[in-house]
Amino acid sequence: MTTQLTQNNQSKMFTKILIANRGEIACRIIKTAKKMGILTVAVYSDADENALHVKMADEAVYIGKSPSRESYLLSEKVIEAAVKTGAQAIHPGYGFLSENSDFCRLCDQNNITFIGPPIGAIEAMGSKSAAKNIMQAANVPLVPGYHGDDQSEAVIKGAADKMGYPVLLKATAGGGGKGMRQIWSAEKFTEGFEAVKREALSSFGDDTMLVEKYLTQPRHVEIQVFCDNYGNAVYLFERDCSVQRRHQKVVEEAPAFAMTEELREQMGQAAIKSAQAIGYQGAGTVEFLLDFDGSFYFMEMNTRLQVEHPVTEFITKQDLVEWQLRVAAGETLPKTQDQLSIHGHAFEARIYAEDADNDFLPDTGTLNFMQTPEESEFVRIDTGVCQGDEVSVFYDPMIAKLIVWGENREKALQRLTKALAEYHVGGVKTNLEFLSKLVTSKAFIDEDIDTGFIDKHHDAIFNRKTNESLSNQASIDIAKSALLVLLLQNQSKVSPTDPTSPWNNTNAWQLNDKCTHKLTLEHNATEYNIEIEEVAVANNRPSNKGNYLISVNNTVFSCYGVVDKNQLTTTIDGIKSSVSATLENNTITLYTHQGAVVINNIQADLGDHGNDDNHGGLLAPMNGTMVSILVKSGDTVTKNQPLVIMEAMKMEHTIRAPADGIIDNIFYAEGDMVDGGAELLEFSVTEKNEGES
Amino acid sequence: MTKIVSKINTRSPDFLENSAHMQKQVDDLKEKIANIKLGGSERSREKHLSRGKLLPRDRVKALLDPGSPFLELSQLAAYKMYDDDIPAAGIITGIGRVAGQECIIVANDATVKGGTYYPLTVKKHLRAQTIAQENNLPCIYLVDSGGANLPNQDDVFPDKEHFGRIFFNQANMSAQAIPQIAVVMGSCTAGGAYVPAMADESIIVKEQGTIFLAGPPLVKAATGEVVSAEDLGGADVHCRTSGVADHYAQNDNHALDIARNAVANLNRVKDISIKIEAVQAPAYNTEEIYGIIPKDSRQPFDIREIIARIVDSSNFDEFKALYGTTLVCGFARIYGYPVGIVANNGILFGESAQKGAHFIQLCSQRKIPLVFLQNITGFMVGKQYEAGGIAKHGAKMVTAVATAQVPKFTVLIGGSFGAGNYGMCGRAYDPRFLFMWPNARISVMGGEQAAGVLAQVKRDQKELKGEEWSAEAEAEFKKPIVENYEHQGHPYYASARLWDDGVIDPAQTRDTLGLAISASLNKPIEDTKFGIFRM
Repeated sequence: MTTQLTQNNQSKMFTKILIANRGEIACRIIKTAKKMGILTVAVYSDADENALHVKMADEAVYIGKSPSRESYLLSEKVIEAAVKTGAQAIHPGYGFLSENSDFCRLCDQNNITFIGPPIGAIEAMGSKSAAKNIMQAANVPLVPGYHGDDQSEAVIKGAADKMGYPVLLKATAGGGGKGMRQIWSAEKFTEGFEAVKREALSSFGDDTMLVEKYLTQPRHVEIQVFCDNYGNAVYLFERDCSVQRRHQKVVEEAPAFAMTEELREQMGQAAIKSAQAIGYQGAGTVEFLLDFDGSFYFMEMNTRLQVEHPVTEFITKQDLVEWQLRVAAGETLPKTQDQLSIHGHAFEARIYAEDADNDFLPDTGTLNFMQTPEESEFVRIDTGVCQGDEVSVFYDPMIAKLIVWGENREKALQRLTKALAEYHVGGVKTNLEFLSKLVTSKAFIDEDIDTGFIDKHHDAIFNRKTNESLSNQASIDIAKSALLVLLLQNQSKVSPTDPTSPWNNTNAWQLNDKCTHKLTLEHNATEYNIEIEEVAVANNRPSNKGNYLISVNNTVFSCYGVVDKNQLTTTIDGIKSSVSATLENNTITLYTHQGAVVINNIQADLGDHGNDDNHGGLLAPMNGTMVSILVKSGDTVTKNQPLVIMEAMKMEHTIRAPADGIIDNIFYAEGDMVDGGAELLEFSVTEKNEGES
Repeated sequence: MTKIVSKINTRSPDFLENSAHMQKQVDDLKEKIANIKLGGSERSREKHLSRGKLLPRDRVKALLDPGSPFLELSQLAAYKMYDDDIPAAGIITGIGRVAGQECIIVANDATVKGGTYYPLTVKKHLRAQTIAQENNLPCIYLVDSGGANLPNQDDVFPDKEHFGRIFFNQANMSAQAIPQIAVVMGSCTAGGAYVPAMADESIIVKEQGTIFLAGPPLVKAATGEVVSAEDLGGADVHCRTSGVADHYAQNDNHALDIARNAVANLNRVKDISIKIEAVQAPAYNTEEIYGIIPKDSRQPFDIREIIARIVDSSNFDEFKALYGTTLVCGFARIYGYPVGIVANNGILFGESAQKGAHFIQLCSQRKIPLVFLQNITGFMVGKQYEAGGIAKHGAKMVTAVATAQVPKFTVLIGGSFGAGNYGMCGRAYDPRFLFMWPNARISVMGGEQAAGVLAQVKRDQKELKGEEWSAEAEAEFKKPIVENYEHQGHPYYASARLWDDGVIDPAQTRDTLGLAISASLNKPIEDTKFGIFRM
């Protein structure tokens, strides 16, 4: 390898670039551009009119409606925006147009620099089977498999039988976990084959398949490479991205644990070889499967900046976006391989709006509360949203990336654990608690990790109690919630024309009796009748600082506290503590270090107002496509029976019957596009037999 | 303003003894009130709940804004007045905030004799309406009553201040744009049917509320028609067919929620045109009042020590401090509202009465509410004072009190005897609210004095007949008189008969007055036209 870089002095840095992306990555790119004195142009859709990336950029151009195929995926619109604003280059971020060779070509035609690899490299890596052929020719190790043109089921199955099960069936055009399936035995082959073909056809319009040996304990280890336009190439070491859910990365780290210098160099050289085999330029990532015996196999090459690039930035102290801009502007690589080294350890945790307890189903809604750990030289947050923003059905539900650094894995992990505990998001379901449990699980700490990590350690992650003395803690949380309700009540009632009136008090004052409040709070499906006595407040006490005896489950807590914005500071039985807390629509959320505690303030039952609720529609959880309808009108179904399969966010989601019942009506056909929230079908619950009454 | 500097030593034996004595009386009061607040018998409460109904106090709580104070009136009404126990006279009345608006709430307690109206029930209902009318407060009636108590019909039905007056008041308040809202949560029979029918807006709970002039038994007796209560006057009939009710509620909570909405839609603004300042708690703890009131009611104490524990910052600007010193007058604030305080500090002399009349004129002119702290054995008597015109000086004060149009509030903190009661705005002088402390006593004169007067008359008669009357015999004669005065002058006796609006814990005086003053300001203060002052 070259330790001396080929020099070039002809480069000229851009003065204005356009970022053809949104969300955190657009913000991330703008930050570096600003640092380098480069003007930035954002593009945005209807949904993103007030988005953070639009606010951060120097200019912003509207490019279309909210669905990405009507905005962020419209090459012409993006090019037009660049031309109009005089941007000399376009950074595509990841996703959207980042690996679209037609778009690169359009950039070329308009004399705009595409900040990424040459068209040829994108095209070479665009097809998985073609990529493998190139790598095979370049002597890059490959997983045993069949990548042939004969696509008959018999041939492909024959290849699978030969290499032995389990095997992995993939659509050659697929990616991002889409269009691939594990087949564990010869008998299951046909079923899986058809499913992958269907997905591939609907997603990519191409059902060409390949089959590979499926490694049972593989790790996903990828190498960050960088090439300039002068034949120089370096690798910026590896990232371990083995922790995945539904074939999507969720926690990444660098460097990979249990890595030898020797193996690192072997993999690094193999990655450079892969890049050079396709004449690569810019930032790229070569993904390998690393088997437990140290053998590794080329999986694919991503010809763009990766989501998880910050962990590499932390351990190499380099700014990869700056590298991209400099290389794209014609500079040579900023560092030689010898000048690069690994400093400490970094983790990235991806915070998603999703329901970890429901198969990671994406969630949408308003981020009505957001509190992040403090950023520092050790803690970095890449995000594109603020409190009050919407996680819409239109885009990836990632809220933020939390990246931390430590001197070694143990110290970095400790910081990650603390930072996750301090990350609070309200308004949508998030995977924060899941992440916290994951990174504190014994297996994760002990580096017992492969790509099957989450499935393998499911119980340890999901069913683990985070606190031993849970019942007492629950009582205290309930007391805090009660206090929050009362303190907020105190704040809310001031009559503008009669500001001093004692009627403004909300202390439940009564003549010749104690001031008592009663609340019914629900926590973990249990209702608690809470009695609160507001104790005679000594003279001259600030009126918003109550003094309460709160009785929960026969335990009386002596409490007082203040609430300032979303910070609840309480003193309970003499112990003072502070917690972020919100009260929205009678739901109290305490953002504790053990995760968000949700407690409902049960309101009086106002009876059934004549809306018979024993039938109802089933709504689409997100924008997507109807893939498969498994029932027909008039069918009797049982609770949890799959009814329809929707595809969205690159994943299939099964919508199941909420109870035993009858399908009254189905409003969509297979292949239809469905808007989030649309009624998919009409469903009547079967009357339960409740006996005589 | 001038701060009252307390001279009380809270560690002195007297203070501690007084405090313990008052505490005992307050404890007794609270214990009695706690029993009264339970309502009817356990059996009848259980039966009530089993029908899916809320207990009346829970209804009131659900109606009020969360955490709203509730200034309950006449908790001791009908206390020990009938052979049966009729807690709170079977009706809960009071003031509370609903949708940000102070309202009068009148709630029948069906667990007490089916919520039927005893004579005191009527009186309490009418008193609540009077308070509503005088203070311009919307009325919310939570109706659950079988109507007039038939065995007592002669004291309930026919007279001017009897049952019929309820509807007279509803009509007249409605005419004065004082909203009348009825929530039918149980029976509403015969005359009771007029409560929702006369209301501006009415709500009825399905399968619970019924409204009819005659119930099924009477209908059968009268016409032979057999009909169920629900078909005769249930929610469906009145919301869908008759139009007697306006809103159909699914249950008690729903009905109360609708009532809250009804109040929210009243479009009323409390327009206060007096100068308000920020609230400051008194400089001294209000509970110290316990130790200031002497155990022996004949012992004097400085009324300023009480004022210091009621008013904002204990600030009190005294008027004519050096003249007529047995009546203390001055300006202060309670919960930021300006008040003129008229308080006894001894017997009333001609000078004190003139000073009082002058001060009441000042407050009326300036539209400052008046607070009377009553502890009075009467006007001074004797040749010198009669000659000095004590009667005409007293008359000036009574005239001023009677005609002053500013809101007046009276608290009986000690004795209330004779004409002193009149000059200090007793019940007959229409204070907006009148409360008593548990140590207070009210009668035409003190028991000792009355017994003395009667004994003197008796002795004169005996002496005319030439009979002997031993000191022992005289003491024997006086004893039952004193006891009777003590019994009838007791606050529970008074409150049971609604001579006041309630017996209150002295430590709650400041809060009670603050709530009452604030409620009274819902009605703009009118100009005063005084009568002739005899000079």
